[in-house]
Amino acid sequence: MTNAILTGLMLGGMYALIAMGLTLQYGVARIMNLSYGEFLIAAAFASHWLFTGWAVSPFVGLALVVPLAFALNFAIYKLLLTPLVRRAPNRDALEVDSILATFGLTFVIQGSMLALFGGAYYSYSFLAFPVQFLGETVAANRLTALGITILLGLALYAALTRTRAGTAVRAVAVDPFAAQLVAINVPQASALTFALGGALVAAAGVLVSTFLTFSASSGVVFTMKALIVVVMGGVGNMLGCLVAGLALGLSEALVASYVDPGLTLAVNFALFLAVLLVKPAGLFGRATR
Amino acid sequence: MTTSLTRRAALLAAATCAATIGLTAIAEAQTSIKIGYAISRTGPNTGGAAVTTIPNYELWVKEVNAAGGIKLGDKRVPIEVVQYDDRSNAEEAVRALERLINQDKVDFILPPWGTGLNLAVGPTLNREGYPHLAATAVTDRAPELAKRWPNSFWLLGTSADAAKSLVELLNKLRDEKKIGDTVAMVSIADGFGIDLSGAARPALTNAKFKLAYDKTYPIGTQDLAPIVNEIKALNPDVFIAFSYPPDTLALTEQSRIAGLNPKVFYTGVGTAFPLYKQKFGKNTEGVMGIGGWSGDSPAIKDYLARHKASAANGAEPDRWASAVTYASLQMLQQAIERVGKVDRAAVIKDLQTGMFDTVIGKVKLENNMPTRYWWVGQWQDGEFYGIAPAGNEGARKAIVPKPAWVAP
Repeated sequence: MTNAILTGLMLGGMYALIAMGLTLQYGVARIMNLSYGEFLIAAAFASHWLFTGWAVSPFVGLALVVPLAFALNFAIYKLLLTPLVRRAPNRDALEVDSILATFGLTFVIQGSMLALFGGAYYSYSFLAFPVQFLGETVAANRLTALGITILLGLALYAALTRTRAGTAVRAVAVDPFAAQLVAINVPQASALTFALGGALVAAAGVLVSTFLTFSASSGVVFTMKALIVVVMGGVGNMLGCLVAGLALGLSEALVASYVDPGLTLAVNFALFLAVLLVKPAGLFGRATR
Repeated sequence: MTTSLTRRAALLAAATCAATIGLTAIAEAQTSIKIGYAISRTGPNTGGAAVTTIPNYELWVKEVNAAGGIKLGDKRVPIEVVQYDDRSNAEEAVRALERLINQDKVDFILPPWGTGLNLAVGPTLNREGYPHLAATAVTDRAPELAKRWPNSFWLLGTSADAAKSLVELLNKLRDEKKIGDTVAMVSIADGFGIDLSGAARPALTNAKFKLAYDKTYPIGTQDLAPIVNEIKALNPDVFIAFSYPPDTLALTEQSRIAGLNPKVFYTGVGTAFPLYKQKFGKNTEGVMGIGGWSGDSPAIKDYLARHKASAANGAEPDRWASAVTYASLQMLQQAIERVGKVDRAAVIKDLQTGMFDTVIGKVKLENNMPTRYWWVGQWQDGEFYGIAPAGNEGARKAIVPKPAWVAP
């Protein structure tokens, strides 16, 4: 039992990690980023390249890739998405526009990765040894990823609730128009949040690459998973994201261990549906209007 | 009256001209052989196509053209390539093929990667009379399809044969008292996994093996630890996974971490990939998987070296369908050269009846299928040797029990 729960927590932690960035981008900056998974894979490739080509540990890779992703996403928001934000008469229109724009971006990023790395599968071994944890044998790389997820989650939570900038971000998430009235620079806050989401997905990409096999075209799987977690947890809600991720991971691991591994997907979607039926805005979402 | 006559004359002249041009075109043409293919450059099939198919197509074209081209009669003509991306999508693949045939008017078509897409393009290639050398398709319907589409050649055989070979090997190992009779089997809930587990299940029970674990998992499962942990608790003699490349890697990694080290450890597609060797290094020793090749044959060694020299980043071929794919191209070339012109019907006839000299040895097809396949391979000293069927030339003896996992 401990083993199944531990496995579930590690898997759930990964889901939460993958979804954290999207919940910021979608919940606060109101950009439904369909190229989200591609950014994750791009970071995974960067980490792979640093590790196999230059023997740079993925931990150091994090320190390089994450700031770079932040800058890149900030630039993308400023150059590509700001015109959409300006033009959109309301939030719904912006969502539709951003879906189309980022869908296009998907092809650009995927195409570049295919050109650079080809279509083959990539995988490398980092911290791929067993460790004893709570009396069970688990993979060190997955455990590390869980640890870093928890740290990132806590840091982000603290930043959003304890700092001035975090409060501004939350205000924008709740109501961008009212936020403007209290002298919050909404465009700036949105850009920073989008970039922060991009930095988080890069962190997820680096960590995931240490234990999952990936290829240039596997981004869409991660976009889908992140989207489910975000919608299930309540758009823009960090805590919801964490709870939903863990719930999915735990249910998968328990079902695989005690019922049948063939039913994991079915249980995932059943859980997703159940949440949407009971709480249409997600576990921690507030119904708007 | 005069006008109509003139018009008729003009028409006649034009027609004659067109015919003459057409005739001279036929007589003089064939300054090149146009070969087209649509392959998965994007989408979920990309991983497989990029490892197994694309490097071989490119290697073959490069080599043939470096040698002056394909021999037609007493001269050689170079290959001209037209290619598209089928986006791993059946409709797209068929559309691309129709474009290759009608618009680009290619002389021959190379097949897409994977069972699904090969089945999808089969009817089109058959209707248009193009030879269809399916080198990356494993299907139980192969014999039936070969009858229905006489232009199609199913070079990777049937999943029933694959399962039968594996069970025969296990049976032999049990007779030699090298293994007991508990088997744990997992399979991916997708075409290949369903077919192979479906064939292996009755074969194993008929051979009186105890199936201690027999479950499937959905495609895209991101954590296989629960499966591996449960199997480890059952402590089976044999572990069989009919898996796809990402799961093959994940299952092996997880087994190493959990310490699941059965006497026979067998994984599916991807075991024969160069990535597998690269990732697991010394830990590949003794791992069995689907496919294999005659690793000691000079032709294979030479092919491996040429592939490494030609592919991007010196990539190695996969040790199963890569060599078969390359062999299929050699067969196509030899058939065209024997016919001596672009006569697709004659080329198909030659493929059905001729004998071919390829990197995987002499090949003669019977009912449009080879008579000899490698079904089980094993990593031994860094090479993935074919071990079953044992009657194949170059078959190695299996190393059983598999050596324990070592720390990387």
